[in-house]
Amino acid sequence: MDRRTFLTAGLGLGTLFVAGSVHAAWPKDAFEAQESGALIDMLAGSKPAPSDAITITAPDIAENGAVVPIAVSTTLEDVTRISIVVEQNPLPLTSTYDLTPDSVPYVSTRVKMQKTSNVVALVEAGGKSYSGVREVKVTIGGCGG
Amino acid sequence: MHLSRREFLSVMVAASAAGMLPHRGAQAANALYDLPPFGNVRILHFTDCHAQLLPVYFREPDTNLGLGAALGRPPHLVGQAFLDHFSLAAGSPEAHALTYLNFPSLAETYGKVGGFAHLSTLIARLRDAAGVEQTLLLDGGDTWQGSGTALWSRGTDMVEACNRLGVDVMTGHWEFTYGEEALRANLAQSNAEFVAQNIYLTEEAIFDELPAFDEDTGHAFRPYTLREVGGVQVAVIGQAFPYTPVANPKRFVPNWSYGIQEAPLQALVEEIRSRHNPGLVLLLSHNGMDVDLKLASRVSGLDAIFGGHTHDGVPAAIEVQNPGGMTLVTNAGSNGKFLGVMDFQVKQGRLAGFRYRLLPVFSSMLPPDPEMQAWIERMREPHLETLSQPLAVAGQTLYRRGNFNGTFDQVICEALLEHYDAEIALSPGFRWGTTVLPGETLTMEHVLDQTAITYPETYMNEMSGEQIKLILEDVADNLFNLDPYQQQGGDMVRVAGIEYSLDPTAPVGDRIRDLRTRDGAALDPKRRYKVTGWGVVGTVAPGPPVWDIVREWLLSKKEVNLPVLNKPNLLNIQDNPGLGI
Repeated sequence: MDRRTFLTAGLGLGTLFVAGSVHAAWPKDAFEAQESGALIDMLAGSKPAPSDAITITAPDIAENGAVVPIAVSTTLEDVTRISIVVEQNPLPLTSTYDLTPDSVPYVSTRVKMQKTSNVVALVEAGGKSYSGVREVKVTIGGCGG
Repeated sequence: MHLSRREFLSVMVAASAAGMLPHRGAQAANALYDLPPFGNVRILHFTDCHAQLLPVYFREPDTNLGLGAALGRPPHLVGQAFLDHFSLAAGSPEAHALTYLNFPSLAETYGKVGGFAHLSTLIARLRDAAGVEQTLLLDGGDTWQGSGTALWSRGTDMVEACNRLGVDVMTGHWEFTYGEEALRANLAQSNAEFVAQNIYLTEEAIFDELPAFDEDTGHAFRPYTLREVGGVQVAVIGQAFPYTPVANPKRFVPNWSYGIQEAPLQALVEEIRSRHNPGLVLLLSHNGMDVDLKLASRVSGLDAIFGGHTHDGVPAAIEVQNPGGMTLVTNAGSNGKFLGVMDFQVKQGRLAGFRYRLLPVFSSMLPPDPEMQAWIERMREPHLETLSQPLAVAGQTLYRRGNFNGTFDQVICEALLEHYDAEIALSPGFRWGTTVLPGETLTMEHVLDQTAITYPETYMNEMSGEQIKLILEDVADNLFNLDPYQQQGGDMVRVAGIEYSLDPTAPVGDRIRDLRTRDGAALDPKRRYKVTGWGVVGTVAPGPPVWDIVREWLLSKKEVNLPVLNKPNLLNIQDNPGLGI
């Protein structure tokens, strides 16, 4: 069995194990919210504080808007949750991650982006909400020198 | 034998170069090319030669707008503003090489530029002057694309030419448009080290265990190389064009992800400095000059960036302050027209001083290197019949370079319009493509100089007025976005069949105004128009290659005299020193 086949098999197994537990806490309202400002207030409970301690790693210009790699890390302490919001998406909340106290506050995912947008990372740490932001450009491409 | 005036002059130049006429170039050549000795490391740098093995004409832009922080600073100066900034005398050899001013007339005076046989002579002269072991030759990329012979040989002719030239280190951009297999085969034949710190295998490619330079870091290529030059350890980091899969078809490089990669670059610079303690850390970059200027202000520890991509011939190294000190930024033009010469003084393992010159390669002042010349002729021989096919006479200067339509772009667009009986034509804003002087005979080689890419297919589609505006807005933002990291380094898409106004200072979505068709009617957002074009990135277009269509059009015209040049009406950029004509 080569690496890809092995990993695919492994992923299938993993999905089976977690499916039941995740569905119980599905934050339906947040994932169906269509307006990012209200969404962020809903997730944060109030206006999050802008923080330089949050790093968003993302391309300046997306190579493929259908799969834009986004990673969020932070030097804040006691991080309990990280959420990734694409402001201009029809459904702005892409994902939230609940972290246990011992986990390294780093998440990495891929998001679909229809057009150029701010990507907002919301971090809950020590009972407070913080945010970081970074713009990712989506272009039709071509015409390069 | 009938000779036009232009052809008569070419014959005279050839005769002069062959020693048949009194050679008046030696003194001028010495004044240009004898550099006072300085320092202990000489870096020679050429970039974006676009496979021009023979001497060419190349007209510099009359429009190269800079906005925001880039307003009025190099490279966003043209014409007289350029001469004033760099204290160059109008009509001097440097003024002719660096600006469009009085172009066709000064081109007659100074002759063609570049050519690998002449470049080879200049490189040998500069290497000998400094001591061969004290020099390093860098190639910034866009070397394997831009001519018929490069396209037909998938870049192998240029690999051979660069081996003969003695290139030590290179990075790339258009090299990738031949696809991974051809690229790897070429690199196997190349004596140069190919470096790129900003290309990683995609996650899928890592899963599939595809070839990587370093499986652990994910680097597809060697990120940097160390060379001992004149007793000094010199690290050269590679920075390939970061938007290759965006500006060119992603299908050619499906396994690689690019990007500017500031944080990994900073980490790499620190690792190189702590592990090897080199005397110099250099970045060989294909970012484009505005991106390099921003990068230099944010990444510490680079002594210099040798840049290309945007084809800016800038005759000085720009000193950029950053948190760790200062980084020099250069850009060495295009088409083999220039050779950058950086002399570094390295003392006690640190940069202590520098001298930078951007030397124009005037073919008439540099005798061709006989071996290179003979090889070029041998390589071209089987293709000569195709390349030299006469198509029409140029009734005016035909060129491309500039933010908006050049006359050669207009030729391409008009040819497409006529071939497809379309209403609107679009053509990519490439910055390569040589210049043809009035009176010269246009050949198939000239057409290929403007079109020789691996995705030359043409199309004719129906698009709504709204879609057309969207395309213009998108490309304008890739040129005029205030953040250089969101620019792709090409010029504005070329058009025919439409007229428009453009406010480069407006935000995306609001730059393009007052779109009209050729008959003066406002473009209807809802109506569908017949639109033709080429150089499609997302898919393979169904129509014949653009060079066939341009060839047919030229043959039917006999002489090219364009009634219109579809440049936009520019708003809000009065007094911009990047605007000449």
